[in-house]
Amino acid sequence: MRSVEIAVVGAGPAGLSAALSAAGQGASVAIVERDEHLGGQLIKQTHKFFGSSRQEAGTRGMVIAGRLSEAVRGNAGIDVRLGSTVLGYYSDRVLYLEEPDRLSKLKAERTIFATGAAERMLTFGNNDRPGVYGAGAVQTLMNVHGVRPGRRVLMVGAGNIGLIVSYQLMQAGEEVAAIVEAAPRIGGYLVHAAKVRRAGVPIRTGYTVKEAVGEESVEGAVIWRLDEKWRPVPGTEERIDCDVICLATGLSPLTELMWQAGCRMAFVPELGGHVPWHDDDLRTSVEDIYVAGDASGVEEASAAMVGGRIAGLAAARSLGHSEGVEERLAEARRELAALRAGPTGEKIRRGLERLQQGGEGR
Amino acid sequence: MRIVEHPILDFKRGRLVRFTFEGRELEGFEGEPIAAALHAAGVRVLRRSAKLHRPRGFFCAIGNCSSCLMVVDGVPNVRVCVEKLRPGIRVERQEGHGELK
Amino acid sequence: MSAEKERRPSDSLLRTGLPAAEDLAVVRPSDERLARGALAVLECFQRIPCDPCASSCRRGAIAPFADINDLPSMLEADKCNGCALCVARCPGLAIFVIDLNHSPEEALIKLAYEFLPLPEKDQVVAALDREGREVGRARVIRVQRPRDKAETPVVWISVPKDLAWTVRNIRVEGNHGAQ
Repeated sequence: MRSVEIAVVGAGPAGLSAALSAAGQGASVAIVERDEHLGGQLIKQTHKFFGSSRQEAGTRGMVIAGRLSEAVRGNAGIDVRLGSTVLGYYSDRVLYLEEPDRLSKLKAERTIFATGAAERMLTFGNNDRPGVYGAGAVQTLMNVHGVRPGRRVLMVGAGNIGLIVSYQLMQAGEEVAAIVEAAPRIGGYLVHAAKVRRAGVPIRTGYTVKEAVGEESVEGAVIWRLDEKWRPVPGTEERIDCDVICLATGLSPLTELMWQAGCRMAFVPELGGHVPWHDDDLRTSVEDIYVAGDASGVEEASAAMVGGRIAGLAAARSLGHSEGVEERLAEARRELAALRAGPTGEKIRRGLERLQQGGEGR
Repeated sequence: MRIVEHPILDFKRGRLVRFTFEGRELEGFEGEPIAAALHAAGVRVLRRSAKLHRPRGFFCAIGNCSSCLMVVDGVPNVRVCVEKLRPGIRVERQEGHGELK
Repeated sequence: MSAEKERRPSDSLLRTGLPAAEDLAVVRPSDERLARGALAVLECFQRIPCDPCASSCRRGAIAPFADINDLPSMLEADKCNGCALCVARCPGLAIFVIDLNHSPEEALIKLAYEFLPLPEKDQVVAALDREGREVGRARVIRVQRPRDKAETPVVWISVPKDLAWTVRNIRVEGNHGAQ
């Protein structure tokens, strides 16, 4: 059986950052990624990132993905396993892998789960009609594969993803009919909202989708207004012509492997749902397991990269690779605290506090 | 509906290859997901659900949601959003759960 | 800085994405400064973790951030010469250079533009307001095309002076970006 000091599951922004910081301390690292490429969902992010220069602010996500991937590939201490899905984690610290041509085992002294998040569905009539697509899927289709998702899109959700993907749809030649948002206020950054507004896209806060129209695939949508208690108001229905209804209604952490590994889980709505309890080192209740990125709580990619660095450094330190690690950890913690310090970080701060209290329920 | 020119991106595409969908010959780029090639050709209904036979299509693009299961070269339940297009493959809409022959 | 921390986006901005008069009043340079020539107008109304405007400014016009969540401020408006480095660098595309001294009747606006096709010099294009409505015509003075596609083009347009505070986008014929 192969063995490694630190296994990183997932090669998105958090996983790549974790692998680089752990290998930088001298640990032997393996990255296991089910997809065929490094970079995760960063490769389709054509917008420029926020944050400070330390988190490559002002640089497009796809460019950051390229830089991180290149650094990982150039690092002799990191073994990259693409097209490999982790099927389970067992108590003797063994990961079971489905590789392209075989099943295998990998023994890892420490495992960092950076498994990301999945898009949430929204309940409305005919929400299974072809043409109702996740916003991330639309981004993949147009920004990675160069295929237009349709002709005219109704975007559902005015968080950062809904706003950014609307702008990217227009860059791909698509018309965006409107952005509807159930909440009374725009959730994403207002600068993103301003970009789509000045390109002519209305943002309808306090509206949601009642149903998709079309027998075989989407030919339109009916939207309606929500009152202050989020109840739909009959009589406010409007028909929107569109062939795509794009859902940007939030993400849920992908935590199946951590449930299976026996990590103590907590339900924290501010972090996106069930997440493993973890400490400041991103260590879970199972002492050999760390978590990073959206799997630890849904947040911006800039924060995921810093979180990945922390998990990688802490995991390496726990194996005795401690040279200079305290300063690096302290610096990363300062950066993360700064990213979360403003009003847009308030939800995450509240979520992390709730996590320490054990979350809701179990 | 391919994007020909993009303000930020340049698309690196594989060579143009032929495959069949429901017996019809279509073209796509080798190595792209089968779902991308179908979508570019205007195909949006990828399968029908098991009980109510409702049309289903592409949804998550990362192999997570099972909305895009199709029959490829006779093998059912292939996630075409992550399965790569190869020359000459036979792609069919899946009805229900699919059958292993 | 405490006053900056108090500053919040207006309720209508949060509901619609359109800055209200009260939001714009805060970022609008003084008439006296505008009369003296080109400078950057920072249409950034919300405290988010972001600082490339300050770090990209080579003249020290945009104050360095104590907290990365600070709102940008043009503390040294006299140092700004409207070079537009920050326009291309701002991840939110929220900075516009305004020059009221471009000509007796016209103002110059430099704006970030990430759609195809890019306009050509001397082309006349539709001038759009913050809601994407056509409010007049603009003439393209210059197009700064970056060598790297990952960077942001900056388009210089001239508009009638009374539209300097209204025009924030353009629509180019055959453009599929704006509607």
